Amino acid sequence: MELFTNGIGLSAVVFFPLISAFVITLIPKAQEQLIKRFALASSLITFVLSAILLFQFDFSSAEKLQLGNKISWIKSINANYEIGIDGISLPLLVLSTFITVLAIIYSLEHLPEPKSPKGFLALILVLETGMNGTFVALDLILFFVFFEIVLLPMYFMIGIWGDKTVRTVSGFKNQIETRLYASIKFFVFTLFGSAFMLLGFLGLYYRGNKTFSIPELIELGTSGAFTGTFATLVFAVLFLGFAVKVPMWPLHTWLPDAHTAAPTVGSVLLAAILLKLGSYGFVRIAIPILPEQAKAWAPAIAILSAIGIIYGSLACLAQTDLKRLIAFSSVGHMGFVMLGIASLTPIGINAAMIGMVAHGVITGLLFFLSGSMAHTYHTRDMGRLGGNMKLLPKTGALLGFTAMASLGLPGLAGFWGEFMALLGAYNPLDGLNTTVFRTSMVAGAIGTVLTAGYLLWMLQRVNLGEPSDEWSDKDLHDADFYELSAWIPLVILTVLIGVFPKLIFGATNDAVIAMLSKAFGG
Amino acid sequence: MIVQPVLVVAAALFSLGIYGILVRRNAVMVLLSIELILNSVNINFIMFDTMLADAMMQGQIFTIFIITIAAAEVGIGLAIVLMLFRNRQTANINEFDLMKW
Amino acid sequence: MVNFTTTIFAEGELIYTDGGLLAQYAWLLVLLPFVAALIITFMGKHLPLKGAEVALATIGLIFLYSSALMYSHITSGVVNEFFINVGSIGVFDIEFGWVVDGLSIMMYFVVGTVALLVFIYATNYMEGEIRYTFFFTSLTLFAGSMLVLVSSPTLIQILIGWELVGVCSYLLIGHYWEKKDNSSAAMKAFITNKIADVGLMIGIIILALNTGTLRISEILYQATHEYEKLSTVAFIAAILLFIGAMGKSAQFPLHVWLPDAMAGPTPVSALMHAATMVTAGVYLLARMFPFYKSMAPDALDIVMLFGVITLLAAGLIAVVQDDLKKVLAYSTVSQLGYMVAAIGSGAYTAALFHLWTHAFFKALLFLGAGSVIHAVHSNSMLEMGGLRKVMPKTFATFIIGTVALAGLPPFAGFFSKDEILASFNHEGEITFFFIAVLGAFITAFYMTRAVSLTFLGEYRGHGHPHESHNLMTTPLLALSVFAIASGWVNIPGVYTGFTDWVTTRKNKIVEYHPESFDLFALSSGLLAGLLGIALGYYLYQLQGSAETGDDKIKIQPIWSVLENKYYLDDFYFKYVIDPVKINISRAVDKFNTNVIDRFVNGFGQIASLLGGIVYNNFDQNGIDKLLNMSSSGTDSFGGKVKLLQTGKTQQYLMMFLGGVVTISLLILFII
Repeated sequence: MELFTNGIGLSAVVFFPLISAFVITLIPKAQEQLIKRFALASSLITFVLSAILLFQFDFSSAEKLQLGNKISWIKSINANYEIGIDGISLPLLVLSTFITVLAIIYSLEHLPEPKSPKGFLALILVLETGMNGTFVALDLILFFVFFEIVLLPMYFMIGIWGDKTVRTVSGFKNQIETRLYASIKFFVFTLFGSAFMLLGFLGLYYRGNKTFSIPELIELGTSGAFTGTFATLVFAVLFLGFAVKVPMWPLHTWLPDAHTAAPTVGSVLLAAILLKLGSYGFVRIAIPILPEQAKAWAPAIAILSAIGIIYGSLACLAQTDLKRLIAFSSVGHMGFVMLGIASLTPIGINAAMIGMVAHGVITGLLFFLSGSMAHTYHTRDMGRLGGNMKLLPKTGALLGFTAMASLGLPGLAGFWGEFMALLGAYNPLDGLNTTVFRTSMVAGAIGTVLTAGYLLWMLQRVNLGEPSDEWSDKDLHDADFYELSAWIPLVILTVLIGVFPKLIFGATNDAVIAMLSKAFGG
Repeated sequence: MIVQPVLVVAAALFSLGIYGILVRRNAVMVLLSIELILNSVNINFIMFDTMLADAMMQGQIFTIFIITIAAAEVGIGLAIVLMLFRNRQTANINEFDLMKW
Repeated sequence: MVNFTTTIFAEGELIYTDGGLLAQYAWLLVLLPFVAALIITFMGKHLPLKGAEVALATIGLIFLYSSALMYSHITSGVVNEFFINVGSIGVFDIEFGWVVDGLSIMMYFVVGTVALLVFIYATNYMEGEIRYTFFFTSLTLFAGSMLVLVSSPTLIQILIGWELVGVCSYLLIGHYWEKKDNSSAAMKAFITNKIADVGLMIGIIILALNTGTLRISEILYQATHEYEKLSTVAFIAAILLFIGAMGKSAQFPLHVWLPDAMAGPTPVSALMHAATMVTAGVYLLARMFPFYKSMAPDALDIVMLFGVITLLAAGLIAVVQDDLKKVLAYSTVSQLGYMVAAIGSGAYTAALFHLWTHAFFKALLFLGAGSVIHAVHSNSMLEMGGLRKVMPKTFATFIIGTVALAGLPPFAGFFSKDEILASFNHEGEITFFFIAVLGAFITAFYMTRAVSLTFLGEYRGHGHPHESHNLMTTPLLALSVFAIASGWVNIPGVYTGFTDWVTTRKNKIVEYHPESFDLFALSSGLLAGLLGIALGYYLYQLQGSAETGDDKIKIQPIWSVLENKYYLDDFYFKYVIDPVKINISRAVDKFNTNVIDRFVNGFGQIASLLGGIVYNNFDQNGIDKLLNMSSSGTDSFGGKVKLLQTGKTQQYLMMFLGGVVTISLLILFII
């Protein structure tokens, strides 16, 4: 498999979806079946390619960047097309290609209004290129390009296929269409963050021997090239860029709106992959390049994460909108991921890695389910739902299962991220303030109770009880073949990771330990 | 060769033609006035040809050209006037302002 | 993958074996229920007994396997543990596995036996009920989760089993989820446990990070060898683990979920109260006992204090209950108080012995109560009475259970309760000793009250109750045998096999164990039990009906305090749950929309305002105006000039002439 060792395989995983999207635009609009089949086939091929990468990947040296390549790209600024994967990016890359396949399977029969498979599927594939590219890019400019590519398809998905209801927005006099407000807020918010991030990249470029290469910058950073106010500022702007994407409290408010307004597949991809770009940025760029600054900022990140966990859970308790509740739960869960990262220990960052994958799988599934239910019932108001177990038994059972997974039930995927993050936070890196971290840990542990509280309350309101009369004469359809084939793989994955976390730790552990020992010594 | 009187005659003929074009209302008369102008030019051509004793007789050849063109022009002009008269029952040139903005 | 390391820190004085194949395949105990649950879920509805046969077969196999293990353990002693690495994180190895030693084998046997009888009972009890198949799925999972917990050689697997048990209890308590009360009870159970789990979780984290391992046997080894790093955090870790145990084992003030859990079907209550869920806390304390004993003796005092408070407080509430199942539920809480207090007093064997006997006679009592409820279609004892005539088998077995619980010889409860009292007496905790004796009196009293109201006197309910089906009475009979005989395995001075069973562990158990009967404790306990029965019989039989009996002891305001369960639920709802659920969460949501979001929107507004100013004043009225003026000027000029275009040929010619003349004049006179 020569092709996979010299980077062509990896590039194919990134660009094949983009080429397919282009081909889709050439197919006449009327040939819907062809478009759908083609999109499914290309996403499957991408997934198979990434699965081959999985076999080509040398797990015994997971800390090394592998299967990559470096080609000169923009000579005048020394930006290169430099790609590669290690144990940190591999699970996320495979998750990304996997979730995209499921998203397309779901979209085959469940397109949001206005139905236009051509545009929608092409956008999903473009989005996949952005996501995959971000996970393999090893050059800051390349990273930035992919990081931004992701915005456009998502913007259009929310803006065109989003929720058409009209709502009032605090501070505005006139009512606004939800999808417009959400899509613009999402776009501008994220762009705001990444604009600062770009500034940080440029700062690193000029101080760091005019290179954008991440491995080279890591070497420079760990040898102490970036110090003083400059480095603090650079970390601050990188933090801003990544924290918006995660999102961390208090930069999270785009998330509930975007999720609520987005079409089902949009919120699935948003929750499953897009949020991970931010936390991945911390692990890949911010911490290894600026270790001392990361250490200085770690307590602040831990506090913000702890606030995010508690705050997100409390906000969930006040929601009446099913999708909005799940969106807020993401704030809490990503708080655990960031708490793990802030601890700067192998345990904490491994916890963050498995937390990211688990959140992708579980919250992705939750959005699939809630989106499908919103489509069936034409409402997301939990006050009107109820007795879902009676009306849609399959969906209801899966919702119950997924809610249990989401509240961190041991034996399912969500547990490891939560528990290990707390474990990491108890003993942070030497020299960090343990009081702050242990307080955050206790807050996180209380957060697990609140998480259980709102998810069970949600189940009680949505799943249990007698269905209200308004549904008695409605013709409600339970999950069909396409929905089940998109959901069951996620259920299986949730159980597998839960029972056998080595699936993730096996890849991440060595890479994380190597990254941290390089950054902090020992 | 007496040049001056001939030039005066030609100039008078030209002026008469101009006058006719500007003043006459009847389209036929306007066409006739144009003939007058052309002929005044012809007189000038012949007069200068004679005076210069051109071996190639360019002045006279030009005159013959002009006469031919004038004939064609009058033919077309009269045809237009005829068509206008048929449609409008008048040949009064003031009644025709089709070229107005 | 499987790590067959045996006996790293073997210290037990007893001779034991590694258990051979029987121990190596003990993972079947854990795995079988989960496989069975999958089979029942996907194929159960198509089977002739709707999945119950799969559940029965599985639990039967577990019973046989655990009996075999028990036999092997009694004859030769088995201690072994097995690990499977499921991932490494930093320096930590995350391991699952299974442990076969005295403690876990005893638990396997209890779970296997009680679960088998409850399953048999449930096939008939639940017949025709809604979601019959799913009920067996959950019930099998419930037993399986408990086996995950008790088979755990690592703290992480304990946590997994711990919460799986919680989820299964959620499913089972909320079995009739059409009614909101039931789903609320299920939620209450889960959340209360989850709150306690925070303690367990943090406790595990502290232990793991200060010992560098998650293996229980290694932690206990460090604890018994005075590892300094561990000893600095021992007290706090011990307390945190105990908080976890308080949730599952329903210790005051986290016991509130257990009585509400009666919303579930009766077989669930029987299983939960006897073998699976509430014993988990006691099991954890017993499993970690060497750690408590050698490193956190102060924590043990606190454990004992809570145990004693619980046994008295819950016993008193049981007196005022009218719901038969709730009497038994509070009785369970009270008995758990005994077990926890026993651990606290350092009597490891006594606590487990009481767990062992209690499992059988409480299962018997619950199944008996279920039989009664099945017959009269009501939980309220006020609608029962006189059932001894129509339900003789149920009555007889219920009496056996009652006497066992009240602690009369030679029934099981007598021996175990006596051993607990003896250890209190031995430790010199005289106050606690007398409270425990008082508890025994109360226990005997409320059980006599329950029996009187249910079985004696005249029938007060509706319809014509009749004896239950054989499938329900047979388990009752089987359990009565245990309720009588299970106490005979640990009689001081006669036969103390049980002590040897449960102390045969990898880590040495140092505890108080009575070598002979403590006559003071024995006579106090027996006297208290007899007095309680006598008082109960006097008030509720000799004095007449239920109402008159209650009237005699309705001393206000104690009665209403007890009826309101010390106002604990009200307190939780008023000061904890409602504020969080309503006030705080709404405030946070408001904060989110009105502060943070308004801030964000405010940015948007300022931007749009600035944009408006720039757009209107500079762009529209500045640059654009100039541009528009140039075009409108051209337009109006053209409008004026066009008037020259009259279309009249002669005017054109006039102008033409004028032009020629002008130009000619210009040429003539200027150039």
